Amino acid sequence: MPLIWLRVAVAFYAVGLVYSLLLLGKRGALLAKVVEPAVGFGLIFHFVSLVEYTVLVGRLSWASINYSESLLAFVAMVVFFIFFVGYRSTSLGIVIFPIVFLLTFASAVGQHPVTFASPALRSSWIFVHVVMIFTGYAGLFLSFGASLLYLMQERALKAKSSDGLLSKLPSLQTIDDIGYNSLLFGFPFMTFGLIAGSVLAIEKFGPLFFADPKILLSFIMWIVYMLLLYTRWNSGWRGRRAALLATFAFVIALGVWAANSLSRVHRFPPL
Amino acid sequence: MNLIVIGVNHQTAPVGVREQFAISEARLPEAVKCLASQPGIEEAMIVSTCNRVELVARANGSNVDLQACLQKLYGFDPQPFRKYLYEYRERDAIRHVFRVTSSLDSMVVGEPQILGQVKEAYATARAVGAVNSQLDALLSRAFAVAKRVRTETAIAMSAVSIASVAVDLAKKIFGNLEGKSVYLVGAGKMCELAARHLAAHGAKKIYVGNRTYERAAALAAKFNGEAIVFDQLYDTVDRADIVITSTGAPHTIFRKEHGEKFLSRRRNRPMFFIDIAVPRDVDPEMNKLDGIFVYDIDDLQQVVASHMSDRRVEADRAEAIVQLEVDKFLARLQTLDVVPTIVSLQEHLETVRQAEIDRVRGRLGALTPEQEMAVEALSRGIINKIMHTPITTLKSAARESSESTTVIDLVRKLFNLRDVRKAEADEETVSEKTGAQR
Repeated sequence: MPLIWLRVAVAFYAVGLVYSLLLLGKRGALLAKVVEPAVGFGLIFHFVSLVEYTVLVGRLSWASINYSESLLAFVAMVVFFIFFVGYRSTSLGIVIFPIVFLLTFASAVGQHPVTFASPALRSSWIFVHVVMIFTGYAGLFLSFGASLLYLMQERALKAKSSDGLLSKLPSLQTIDDIGYNSLLFGFPFMTFGLIAGSVLAIEKFGPLFFADPKILLSFIMWIVYMLLLYTRWNSGWRGRRAALLATFAFVIALGVWAANSLSRVHRFPPL
Repeated sequence: MNLIVIGVNHQTAPVGVREQFAISEARLPEAVKCLASQPGIEEAMIVSTCNRVELVARANGSNVDLQACLQKLYGFDPQPFRKYLYEYRERDAIRHVFRVTSSLDSMVVGEPQILGQVKEAYATARAVGAVNSQLDALLSRAFAVAKRVRTETAIAMSAVSIASVAVDLAKKIFGNLEGKSVYLVGAGKMCELAARHLAAHGAKKIYVGNRTYERAAALAAKFNGEAIVFDQLYDTVDRADIVITSTGAPHTIFRKEHGEKFLSRRRNRPMFFIDIAVPRDVDPEMNKLDGIFVYDIDDLQQVVASHMSDRRVEADRAEAIVQLEVDKFLARLQTLDVVPTIVSLQEHLETVRQAEIDRVRGRLGALTPEQEMAVEALSRGIINKIMHTPITTLKSAARESSESTTVIDLVRKLFNLRDVRKAEADEETVSEKTGAQR
């Protein structure tokens, strides 16, 4: 039973996830009315699931990774609601909702791993996972490139030089839009790509799948990705600071690639 | 004529130095009076814009030191700035005045504002009585030359004014200006012009903040904009993406700490400060902040410099016109003096008289010395009677400077005196030449 409640909570939290993606794309208004009750219901079902699980087991089971994930997500949501009551602002949710969704999702899937009906289904699932992750990467790389161009154009404008470069690069606003929109475009792919990957990894390695270096790094990169979007969305970070953060995300992305040799999951067969 | 021009401009002095010499609109009448009252100076005017300060004076002797007057005028020792100053006399001075008025000496060659600025400076000098006969003639000629340059060359057509350079830069930052807002700090002419350009390119909201609220309101009304009380300047400037400053404030208005505040209130959306004031209104340090771009009048010049080469050809043609006009004006100056006209009038009539006597001498036959003298006296008498009125008119016209050129021209034309014809012939050949070049 607790798993059913948790799944219901995950479904509600999914509304929160979609809301944060929409908000980053400045389309938050579409879900603004629904998101508060949705995550509120999510929290209630989440609470029920946690209590029932505790009662069922007869004690707080810290050692269970599924339980810990679920509890951590719950605490994060409670903190969010405290801030929400205090400030009447959902903007913190941009960061919280995706993390909470991912944690509860992992917890729910971990308690009852997906089994693929056929190898063909499994390999097409892998295909979807890879395509999504790569699209997410593409968005990140494009944004990284754009932030470098932004820096160049900004330098040129500040230096007040009127050489050829200044006249050929697009305007700062355009470069900034490209950078932000490519991040925005890549983020959902990265998110759903990771979710798809998690399902696969849990199926194969159980709830401790994230201990794999490549997967762990991927999650870190995802969080930096989200921070990039959040700082741009919330404080309008541009230029140097945005470029630094994008460089950071880029370096982690390179690390994720390099981590193949350390990974149990992503080992490519020798040629 | 003993004409002297000294000054600083955007080519000889950086904005920091020009700030020292700039004279605000409010102080200008007093300054012109002060300059005109210096010993040895007959007439004077001062042109003070963000790009130049020109002191134009006519002295009563050739050894008047205008630079010495600077100390009286500014209250500081101009010695350290000597290397930034230029000084022109006579022919060069006339040429300089013509070039400035024709916008050939402008930062943006061909920009139209300078003519208006010189006209205003001239009106101010006239109003305080610092200008009379000769500078008057010089300036009205200069305005005519400016008009000729504008109509006969393409220099003004391809002119990139400071305003349009500002628009280009704003586009480099904001992409297009659709929906962007502009804040004018100070309600000056240049501000207005730049705002008009930006509005024409799509800028939506215009705010105007000025020390005198009424002026702000009047300017805002022109753009359907919003006038803002000057006290609220720092609280409202961050509403705008583009800020144009042109106040007469002696110190900077916007400093780095203000910029930081604006940025945090704007969530780091970029801001573009266009500072066309001299002395500057925006601390150059502000340009170091991420997301704030500050261009002062000198920076705009750098951008403009790249457009310069295209207009080189037109500018050369304009220079030729100025050169020609300088010659004409100098020639005119000489005829301004009525004596040569009287002399040539006398010479002319004398030749006519001699010719007539020679012509009839054959028919008269041999004359006695008495008869000879009588003919001489008769013809001379008639000539003198005829000449009397023109000469007295010329002499009295010379005292009334505004009439003198007209009267001299009239007399020369009436009697078909040679100088006028020669000058006209010269002019025709030259205009044929420029016509062929075009």
